[in-house]
Amino acid sequence: MTTLIPFDEALAKYSPVLGIETHIELGTASKMFCGCPTEFGGAPNTHVCPVCLGMPGSLPVVNEKAIEYAIRIGLALNCSIAEWCRFARKNYFYPDMPKDFQISQYDEPICFDGYLDVEVEGETYRIGIERAHLEEDTGKSTHVGGATGRIHGASHSLVDYNRAGIPLIEIVTKPIEATEEKAPLVAKAYATELRELVRALGASDVRMEEGSMRCDVNVSLMLKDASEWGTRTETKNVNSLRSVERSVRHEIERQAAILDAGGTILQETRHFHENTGTTSPGRSKSDAQDYRYFPEPDLVPVAPARSWVEEIRQALPELPAARRVRIKQAWSLSDEEFRDVVNAGALDLIEETIAAGASPGAARKWWMNELSRTATTQGVELSALPITAGQVARIQALVDAGELNDKLARKVFEGVLAGEGAPDEVVAARGLKVVSDEGELVAIVDKVIADNADTAQKVRDGKVAAAGALVGAVMKASRGQADAARAREIILERLGQA
Amino acid sequence: MSITRDEVAHLARLSRLALGEEELDHFAVQLDAIVSAVARVQEVAAEDIPPTTHALPITNVFRPDEVQPTLSSAEALSGAPAAEDERFRVPRILEEED
Amino acid sequence: MIFKTAAELGGLIAAGETTAVEVAQAHLERIEQVEGKVNAFLHVAAEGALEQARAVDARRAAGEELGPLAGVPIAHKDVFTTRDMPTTCASKILEGWVPPYDATVTTRLREAGLVILGKTNMDEFAMGSSTENSAYGPTSNPWDLSRIPGGSSGGSSAAVAAYEAPLATGTDTGGSIRQPAAVTGLVGMKPTYGGSSRFGLVAFASSLDTPGPFARNVLDAALLHEAFSGHDPRDSTSISQPVPPVVEAARQADVAGLRVGVVKEFGGDGYQPGVLARFNETVELLESLGAKVVEVSCPSFDYALSSYYLIAPSEASSNLARFDAMRYGLRVGDDGTRSAEEVMALTRAAGFGPEVKRRIILGTYALSSGYYDAYYGKAQQVRTLIARDFEAAFGQVDVLVSPTTPTTAFPIGERADDPMAMYLADLCTIPSNMAGNAAISVPCGLADEDGLPVGLQIMAPVLADDRCYRVGAAVEKALEDRWGGPLLGKAPAL
Repeated sequence: MTTLIPFDEALAKYSPVLGIETHIELGTASKMFCGCPTEFGGAPNTHVCPVCLGMPGSLPVVNEKAIEYAIRIGLALNCSIAEWCRFARKNYFYPDMPKDFQISQYDEPICFDGYLDVEVEGETYRIGIERAHLEEDTGKSTHVGGATGRIHGASHSLVDYNRAGIPLIEIVTKPIEATEEKAPLVAKAYATELRELVRALGASDVRMEEGSMRCDVNVSLMLKDASEWGTRTETKNVNSLRSVERSVRHEIERQAAILDAGGTILQETRHFHENTGTTSPGRSKSDAQDYRYFPEPDLVPVAPARSWVEEIRQALPELPAARRVRIKQAWSLSDEEFRDVVNAGALDLIEETIAAGASPGAARKWWMNELSRTATTQGVELSALPITAGQVARIQALVDAGELNDKLARKVFEGVLAGEGAPDEVVAARGLKVVSDEGELVAIVDKVIADNADTAQKVRDGKVAAAGALVGAVMKASRGQADAARAREIILERLGQA
Repeated sequence: MSITRDEVAHLARLSRLALGEEELDHFAVQLDAIVSAVARVQEVAAEDIPPTTHALPITNVFRPDEVQPTLSSAEALSGAPAAEDERFRVPRILEEED
Repeated sequence: MIFKTAAELGGLIAAGETTAVEVAQAHLERIEQVEGKVNAFLHVAAEGALEQARAVDARRAAGEELGPLAGVPIAHKDVFTTRDMPTTCASKILEGWVPPYDATVTTRLREAGLVILGKTNMDEFAMGSSTENSAYGPTSNPWDLSRIPGGSSGGSSAAVAAYEAPLATGTDTGGSIRQPAAVTGLVGMKPTYGGSSRFGLVAFASSLDTPGPFARNVLDAALLHEAFSGHDPRDSTSISQPVPPVVEAARQADVAGLRVGVVKEFGGDGYQPGVLARFNETVELLESLGAKVVEVSCPSFDYALSSYYLIAPSEASSNLARFDAMRYGLRVGDDGTRSAEEVMALTRAAGFGPEVKRRIILGTYALSSGYYDAYYGKAQQVRTLIARDFEAAFGQVDVLVSPTTPTTAFPIGERADDPMAMYLADLCTIPSNMAGNAAISVPCGLADEDGLPVGLQIMAPVLADDRCYRVGAAVEKALEDRWGGPLLGKAPAL
């Protein structure tokens, strides 16, 4: 059993240094070096061709869109864009890698030397970006015959190369220092911000659950006030934002325990286990890894014209940080309210609802209350609910026009979510309309007064508060469709209290 | 410059060649001779000479991001030593290296 | 029929004086007769060839306008993928592999109406200069069956020299077209790198590999060159400029006023006297035809061989990694207990021959950390120096000439286990691969010592492939006048 030291105790003595390498699959239609589709899923080995299967004689040709996306990401990360760079072969044998080398970039990345600002508890941390380079993804192995698909103990494996050759951008941070006890949160905030950024750029939809963004997290500890960094470990394939935070926390606790006991940290690759929140060492290799990088002779150098880079820069969309500032101001939100909106995944939805005509307050109200509750109950993402921002805006418009009250509006939501059609269709089909026919309302009021003679008398006697019960009875009798305020007015009129 | 038998054995492992002892002995002698001969390149090339990796100075060859026809899984697997469930069947894999 | 040139056959078929089927049948019969002695083919596609021939005849009958080589048979090096024939690169590791796609060169041969007779023998994965490194037995030189036909495209050179086919494809990485052409008395051309597509050419050394033609005369070589060359969007290193006017140049066949440079570094010790004698005579011949001959020094060419034997194996070690027993080809030792890693190593040890293994190890060494700068890096710098020597030389002359090979065909077995001796066969041809420029070998006579063919190498700048054909055709015309016919006519009957 791994010995750990409580986090606070570890941080009292040591300073962590982090480094994060993030792989993100780019959202191109075709693969990095061939025309096969990048679409997720698909029957095994059907999104393949001689090129991405690494068949003898096949040759790669660079997808221009992938270069454009890389430049877009690089610019958004405040990077310099290489005037001239090459692809390189990274040589190592592995069954899921069709050519037994990966086409990557080595000492000439397309983007280098940038930064990304992230916020943790009101404080801004500037994360240096060492480089961002392009490479290709590998195939996917399924391990058969062992316990629950684990590689250990498997008798053999089955390989599907549909994913092989999908373009990846690898973004490498500079060492992240001086974060102290915030280290795990900074790591998570960085991964979160990077994901938002790449999404906003339209360069990838970044679905971590499908493995389209994966982080390798390097952690080392040094004694506080020491000048030399400690030995680092690299935790591979951390596949959720929460796991980024947890893996950093765990490595700090684990390494601190080893150092406290007078031990040394092994420079090694480790794996993160979601279920326990712990890491375990990877296989130690007899031969030190030697990737024998050399310039890819099958591809020619990439020299993006400066005019092209400028064109891409001009076309960059509003980035998440700027958007946050704008929205907080426009919607008059506190930091906390804004965070809730972001965490609920409601930012885009609310913005679209406002664009469709609703006020910021109303749009936020529906998405953050009614709809968030439904999403939580159903265990789905807010954006996965079967209702559009336009429909939400339409319902609010009906409320604003006095045709619906809040209670009726909820019934319209219920109908739309149940698949009964668009708001107006639900209104019509369910007969949901505020009773605005004065005569009908007066008739209901008169009937309620007759049926509740005692209460009516109290009102006549001046106990106006008792009118509430009568309004309730009117609403009940009208099955909620009466305009409660108007009903109250009529009741008071009839009972001589107007 | 020379190359030892141990180095040849290491290189054979690195390049996934399960060589027999005799083969190793034989290659070690031959490779030592070859390496000694080709080490001549170190005599001429001065520091300030740029390396040439491509014969012609072509840059920026791209393809548009368009989906092209793929192989069927039957075609993809047609030359496979073993297949199962439309996938390539391979011997057990030691843990992920990268 | 089989002694006719490709241009003649194309003309006869077009004129309706014979059919593609008749021509194919004649060559298939010849193959049947002499293959037992020559072993030029790894796979003969008799049925497929006749089917293609019938299709050409049908297209012709339907009034379709076809190219000059429509219906002409061709032998195709087994390094190009073919979806209807196995592609093995003469290796055990690819035994029986039928690719699901055609190489661009294959596609263009088909489009031009050429009839593919089969796939020719070669040094395994194009590594060698003798075709002895084939896993399927050596090929013999039709001039002397105990000798090598050159390599790596030795099956192609032997097939054309033995009249099994009027044309053949080859690939030239360090001389693998020019050297076999020289030692079998043929014309063999290495186009400008990127002038002919590498898509579907199983890679040996990607930055050097170049597909090119074999023929018994310069015009035929030019016609084939034109048929399969030109830009290919599937090969990123393919050049977009149009194919130089090679056929026109082959017909022009004149050198008056042309400046010819003799490479000073190629000659002297290590060169067979008979080779040098024929070469020197040919230089004099060029002068008599009106060329201006000067001596040119290219000092870095002395280092080309060393540089080549670092760059080519380095690229090869990576290119051949994919033969790992997982997706295609041989698998050895998969007993249900061994790991993928072990099966890979056992398969590669069993499936590759000694020369391939040597080069993989050498390349792995040259690229490994700690040695990269001293070997691969230096070799790439030498490559720059070679390119600069060419540039300087082509500033003074229009073409450079040298013997194609230092010696004539050597006996089978002589250098089989002496790699360094074997590598010397490519001494004069390697510089053009390093710089990517065009170079051709044309026959220039027989060596006095052994009566075997000698080749003249003509090198031209990048994209000036036409100059190789122009000078080659001029030499051919003058020499054939002197000999009273093609050099190959002097070969003993099989």
